[in-house]
Amino acid sequence: MTRPGPPLFLAKSGYRRRRLHDAARLVPVFGIFLIFLPILWGPADTAARDTARDGLYLFGVWAGLILLAAGLAPGLRRTSSLESDADSDPDEPAEGNA
Amino acid sequence: MRTLTRTSRLKATPEMPFNLLVLSCLTYVAFLFLVAFVAERRSSRGMQGFLRSPLIYTLSLSIYCTAWTFYGAVGYAARSGLEFVTIYLGPTLVFVGWWWVLRKLVRIGRQQRVTSIADLISARFGKSNLLGVIVTIIAVVAATPYIALQLQSVTLSFSVFASGTPEGWAMQDPASTGIWVAAGLALFTILFGTRNLDANEQHHGIVMAIAVEAIVKLVALLAVGVFVVWGLADGPADIMSRIDASPIADWDLQPGRWTGLIFLSAAAVICLPRMFQVMVVENADESHLARASWAFPAYLFGMSLFIVPIAVVGLERLPVGSNPDMFLLTLPLAEGQGALAMLAFLGGFSSATSMVIVESIALATMLSNHVVMPVLLRLRPTSAQRGDLRWLVLLARRLSIGAVLALGYAYYRLSGGSEALAAIGLIAFAGMAQVLPAMLGGIYWRGATKTGAAAGLLVGSAVWAYALFLPSFGPGAVISVEMFAQGPFGFGWLRPQALFGVTGMDPLIHAVFWSLALNTAAFLIGSILTFPDPVERMQSAAFVNAFDGEARTGPLGWTRGQAEPEALLIMAQRIMGDDAALSFFEIEAVAQGKQGYLPDPTPDFVASLERKLAGSVGAATAHAMISQLFGRATVTVEDLLAVANETAQIMEYSARLESQQDELSRSARQLRDLNERLTQLSVQKDSFLSQISHELRTPMTSILAFSEIMTEGDLPAVQVAAYGRIIHEEATRLTRLLDDLLDLTVLENGSVQLNLGLANLGQMIDRALAASCHIRPDRSFEIERNPAQEEVFLKTDADRLVQVFINLMSNARKYCDAGEPILRIAARQKGGRVTVDFIDNGSGIPKDSQAVIFEKFARLSNDSPSGGAGLGLAICREVVTNLGGTITYLPGQRGAAFRVTLPLRLEKRETVGAA
Repeated sequence: MTRPGPPLFLAKSGYRRRRLHDAARLVPVFGIFLIFLPILWGPADTAARDTARDGLYLFGVWAGLILLAAGLAPGLRRTSSLESDADSDPDEPAEGNA
Repeated sequence: MRTLTRTSRLKATPEMPFNLLVLSCLTYVAFLFLVAFVAERRSSRGMQGFLRSPLIYTLSLSIYCTAWTFYGAVGYAARSGLEFVTIYLGPTLVFVGWWWVLRKLVRIGRQQRVTSIADLISARFGKSNLLGVIVTIIAVVAATPYIALQLQSVTLSFSVFASGTPEGWAMQDPASTGIWVAAGLALFTILFGTRNLDANEQHHGIVMAIAVEAIVKLVALLAVGVFVVWGLADGPADIMSRIDASPIADWDLQPGRWTGLIFLSAAAVICLPRMFQVMVVENADESHLARASWAFPAYLFGMSLFIVPIAVVGLERLPVGSNPDMFLLTLPLAEGQGALAMLAFLGGFSSATSMVIVESIALATMLSNHVVMPVLLRLRPTSAQRGDLRWLVLLARRLSIGAVLALGYAYYRLSGGSEALAAIGLIAFAGMAQVLPAMLGGIYWRGATKTGAAAGLLVGSAVWAYALFLPSFGPGAVISVEMFAQGPFGFGWLRPQALFGVTGMDPLIHAVFWSLALNTAAFLIGSILTFPDPVERMQSAAFVNAFDGEARTGPLGWTRGQAEPEALLIMAQRIMGDDAALSFFEIEAVAQGKQGYLPDPTPDFVASLERKLAGSVGAATAHAMISQLFGRATVTVEDLLAVANETAQIMEYSARLESQQDELSRSARQLRDLNERLTQLSVQKDSFLSQISHELRTPMTSILAFSEIMTEGDLPAVQVAAYGRIIHEEATRLTRLLDDLLDLTVLENGSVQLNLGLANLGQMIDRALAASCHIRPDRSFEIERNPAQEEVFLKTDADRLVQVFINLMSNARKYCDAGEPILRIAARQKGGRVTVDFIDNGSGIPKDSQAVIFEKFARLSNDSPSGGAGLGLAICREVVTNLGGTITYLPGQRGAAFRVTLPLRLEKRETVGAA
């Protein structure tokens, strides 16, 4: 009845797949950071004419996020149909089992 | 506001007469009807390739952009600069981060066959209908003003176009435009949104129409944008300098609003009923989400790229005081670009209509599944067994659509299309966001309970109503002016817009902050303090561990009760329709290793039936209906242990053992069935032998007796003739019996010669009817047929097939014991096969006999009036098998019912293979 422990190390393909999932999770974090950055510039505090410049910045970030997601999507689509989920990954124990 | 638009209209000479505008609108709507109709037709024929593509999925998500974002974004930008992008950035973050939440949501939605967001919450928390009702009410309250806003924007855009000529009839009363729009939308939604109660609640026609509207929206906005940037200005560089020179050159980013609005729109894109509908319910394939993760943000990017330029150029060129919400129309009109304005108008029209259509479908599904159906089941508990539920559910849904649109229209009339409506988009977002804590908690936290969720939802929506929704009607309308200033009963810390003494916050952000904070707190505390009931615990495991496969959670234990499979079938037919239910039962029966349409009511089967029904009427109602047949669901200690982690791990390791065991029990079941049949057959064979010797001896005896008399001579000629006739008749009977036996042997050996040719099904049935009417001619039989369905040409052996039909009709004539016998013949063509059903209204064939009627010598009663040898159905089965088809008994039709399935084109080789 004893269960052998999960494997400690993964083969290269499995390893890459994990990191791809990590990247997918990081995209919005990255996006939040860049989108909230203008708060630190404080456009309201200055009288500078900053709509055009900040607009360019925001649309640039936006386009960057779209390209990033588009780059990751094909790989993720393949792996998400292949295996069940990272929740059952050896190095990420299933959460919250009551 | 209306006077403002009128000033701009006077300046602009409209290129578009009002009647022409109405005409193009109607043409456009007719085109959408056509698109939806064609899509619906294609999907019903199984040609779904294009309909189920990631492109259509992405485009359908664009109902996020309503008329409020279409027209309003420009106005928003003209008033507060870049802040309008928050409405698009939130959804962008949610979609590029689809791996976090959306993926799990879509997976759960598909696994549990979720029909709406209310259904998701109700199913997660123990299929509790109370939660379903709460979410439904929140959704209806939040959406009603939102729908009103769409009606208003269409009316307003009409009025922009209305020429000054007196015959602009609709403009005499703008409200009448509103009612026409509302009625048209209700018609469209009812036509395409409630055609059938199909599994998973998917509406291909509507999704396709919305995808087309999405393209119109985008093209319209891009066209106006390109015209502004390259037509009115000199390209991007010029636009940049114009922005610097405009009144919105210095935008004031307020950190609170920036954060709050991005959060709010991110929450809305998950929680809004219409977004949930297209994103989760209408999702055809999980992998589409991967494509949408970047394509939908790209769509939003395209929608907002030209907003600031249009706002800036509009502010620059149009007279001071023009309504910036209508710049998209007034700017091209003022520049004399009637066609462009028309395109923009159609874009706005598309935004409004697609939003209203999907929102009303989503709300109607919730209303009918969580309010109407439970009330009906409570009032008439027996209606799970009787009455046409399918029709009832559809009616409830149609009425709900009408009611939702009527509410929206009433709100529009009562509020008089006031300016306050413009803010209602964000208020609706904040209302629906109250579902967020329960939803996220439900799919990530096993400890979330029903009580916690209900507490959170109630507290959150109450705070939302008190601090945001009711104040939105203006001071003195619902909440009195002194209450705004002093708080209720003089409690200053309860002032609606300064709760707990927090002043100086933007009212919207203030309400979002407090409602969600208190909501989450109530949810967490309630969940920690209460204990979930067993069904809840099963569901929490199924939701939180959605990616670990269903093996770990196992079916909910319908272990104690007993229900007749036939009763379950009848109930399923009432909800899913005859065909869908029969084929579902057949597949399940085959999976259990049984033949026919009735699987054993194992817990697995009942659980999967419940999920299937939940796809049509929602989890709570499906659960209640099965409970009525089955008794209460019981969760055994083993079931709960199975959920617990360790047992689950052991189960994983014994999975192979289990599958072997499954295999064994399947073959054991097959063997048991076989054994039963063999025993019955042996009994039948014995009785047949005595029967056949009796059948052979009776004519033999009379032949012997009469021939003996005749050999003695001395008989009058008349007598000889009479005796001779008797001998002849008896000999004929013998020959017929022997012919039948011979026929059967030949058929069974497969050495029969088939004369293949094209034959019309209707004509074959005609022939069979004519041939069988001499059986019991004293009874008048009513035949129900549908000649149109029978217009099918089959390549088959017509004579043999007619023989089968004659036999089935004769059986109906012989054995149907109804007072006024009716025989219904229904033919249908599906794929390359044709099915013909023969259904009478008699008492049918008892369940234990259904398995043997196709065997040789099977006779249900020994005193049958016809004296047949019991070979008819056996011959039928052999003939049909030789023709490459099947003949089966259809249970649950309230009479004896036989289904003959045949290939449309029988090839020679197939006969050999089948034999």
